[in-house]
Amino acid sequence: MVVSFKESAKTDPRIKLIAARMKKEGFKPDSLIEILHTAQGAYGYLPKDILLYIAQSLRLPLSRVFSTVTFYHFFSLKSKGEHTCIVCTGTACYVKGAQALLNKLESSFGLKPGQVTADNKLGVQVARCIGACGLAPAAVIDNEVAGKVDAEELIQTINMKTGIV
Amino acid sequence: MIRHELHALTERVKAKQEHFKHRICVCCGASCISSGAEEVLHKLQEEIKSRGLEETVEVIPTGCMGPCNQGPLVKYLPEQTIYQKVDCDNIQRVVQSQLVENKPLEDLLLFADSREKAFVNANEDPFFKQQQKIALKDCGDINPESIEDYLIAGGYQALDKALFLLSPEEVIAEVKQSRIRGRGGAGYPTGLKWETVYKYVSDQKYVICNGDEGDPGAFMDRSVLEGNPHRVLESMAIAGYAIGATKGYAYIRGEYPLEIKRFELAIKQATKTGLLGKNILGSNFRFEVEVRIGAGAVVCGEETALIASIEGKRGTPRPRPPFPAESGLWGKPTLINNVETFAAIAPIILNGGEWYSETGTPKSAGTKVFALAGKINYSGLIEVPMGTTLREIVFDIGGGIQNGAEFKAAQTGGPSGGCIPAAHLDVKMDYESLMSLGSIMGSGGLIVMDKSSDMVDVARYFMEFSMDESCGKCIPCRVGTKMMHDLLQKIGDGKATQIDLDRLEELAEYVRDTSLCGLGASAPNPLLSTLRHFREEYVSKILPAE
Repeated sequence: MVVSFKESAKTDPRIKLIAARMKKEGFKPDSLIEILHTAQGAYGYLPKDILLYIAQSLRLPLSRVFSTVTFYHFFSLKSKGEHTCIVCTGTACYVKGAQALLNKLESSFGLKPGQVTADNKLGVQVARCIGACGLAPAAVIDNEVAGKVDAEELIQTINMKTGIV
Repeated sequence: MIRHELHALTERVKAKQEHFKHRICVCCGASCISSGAEEVLHKLQEEIKSRGLEETVEVIPTGCMGPCNQGPLVKYLPEQTIYQKVDCDNIQRVVQSQLVENKPLEDLLLFADSREKAFVNANEDPFFKQQQKIALKDCGDINPESIEDYLIAGGYQALDKALFLLSPEEVIAEVKQSRIRGRGGAGYPTGLKWETVYKYVSDQKYVICNGDEGDPGAFMDRSVLEGNPHRVLESMAIAGYAIGATKGYAYIRGEYPLEIKRFELAIKQATKTGLLGKNILGSNFRFEVEVRIGAGAVVCGEETALIASIEGKRGTPRPRPPFPAESGLWGKPTLINNVETFAAIAPIILNGGEWYSETGTPKSAGTKVFALAGKINYSGLIEVPMGTTLREIVFDIGGGIQNGAEFKAAQTGGPSGGCIPAAHLDVKMDYESLMSLGSIMGSGGLIVMDKSSDMVDVARYFMEFSMDESCGKCIPCRVGTKMMHDLLQKIGDGKATQIDLDRLEELAEYVRDTSLCGLGASAPNPLLSTLRHFREEYVSKILPAE
């Protein structure tokens, strides 16, 4: 894994990005979470070979890197899908019907929170609170916050973005 | 930059602004942006240009103005006229009426569609009238991405005063005199905390701004950092001067990208202007600030877990003592304050601790920011003097319950707090009064519920949250929250007996008394408070004894 990785490292701009960030942080083990943010920003998730690369570069045991990655909700070991729909389940959204949105997503796409369609087109997730409580219920579709979300409209928006009908 | 240059710069930017007769503020808080505020901003800028008004009218993006569910919001200064639900189609009408015909456009005034009378000066509307803005002052009036705007509003004057007119001891004395208590939730006296860190001798100390706003239903810190990042930065520098720290970290949630962007920009601007870095304003004081992005773990709001996270580790708490004041980040004395606490520091230093202590109640001084949401007519961000009653907040400011429904409960303090029933609507919102009702002030989330909310399910919802967010280090929290959740589920499903309910109550006390950190210790609160005020709902779901 490591050998083939080194070959691709020369050409993959995403790896260059991570390398540059590690250099900027002086390869300090303390900067692990910052590096993971950069890596996830580049890949959308954290591929295992990248974690190995980061562990070696920062001289950290791989176990330490894995334990950190799996501790935080923000980091993911698998792809979250090309398009994502994150339903906020904060208190205001809970009071105003976030569960109805999740039910609709499940009945429309067969996805429960954390699942991705077989073709990796769409992933559904939940967020603890995105802080848009004044606009509850809220969802984030491909990084765009939508407020006062109606279940039917949500499905339509997702269909438009993903081309799934 | 040295001291007199700051004053000169402030005068210069002030003079540059003088030819503007009007300032149009477009709320670009996260809520308004999701309602299309950025488009409105660009359209408005074009509109002003095409009418040749750009010499006298200034259009700027601002932070949160407050009434989030009425957005996008546009405010005219100095008239203080706010228009609601502005979009690209009606923006021309607003400009025509307000700037050309010189009269307000009645039908788009804030709350025009829901109140009998809308106000031309929004400050006269009940939503704003009962508020008093200290932490949120300037938020919604200035461009958070412009240090000049902050300087014109009196920015960095408090830092200037602290560095040249006050000794570190005197700065701490002012903070103590203000009687401000930590706004993150626990309410520890801020001045005392500062003094403790100050007293420890060390080659290096740290200031940390806790912006890990993890409670669901809370968006105070986000709004402050989005709307007025320089205020927090200035206050962090003042704290650094007072306790003898040269380095600060702002720990901000990864879920809030806009906040991170604006705060990082503020750091850049302040460093370039010489308000951060070496020899600040020509003094011997040096202070630098770095942003640390949180990765989505609520427990990181706990100070020892937050420190572990800044050190790049799993965010698990450790037993205290030693407290971070003695041994914090990398084992050095560390001061940790919440964003909202910092937002009040600069005004306290500038106006004096006594001035701040005059607001609020004897034991809870000053103001508190609340994030008002749920089944309420006007949700959004508000700041009121401590001691304002819940009734005033829900009915006067929030405009009552949606669709004229009946108020059932207000939830404060998120998963660490509790529910306040209708019988206690006249409770004063201060630390002690809320505690006596089995809730807590918490960080300021205030969710209003009507009769449609099932209180057993509300308790289950919060327990699910605590169960998921338990870091797993100590058993009472890791196992206890799971057991309590399952029992709540069982009651909700109508399969539980009195024995289950008894066991639930017993468990709640064990978990509260034996958990390692605040997350576990407070996790039973929503359960205990709903049991206290809505026991009949639990009892009605329980199977009769055979």
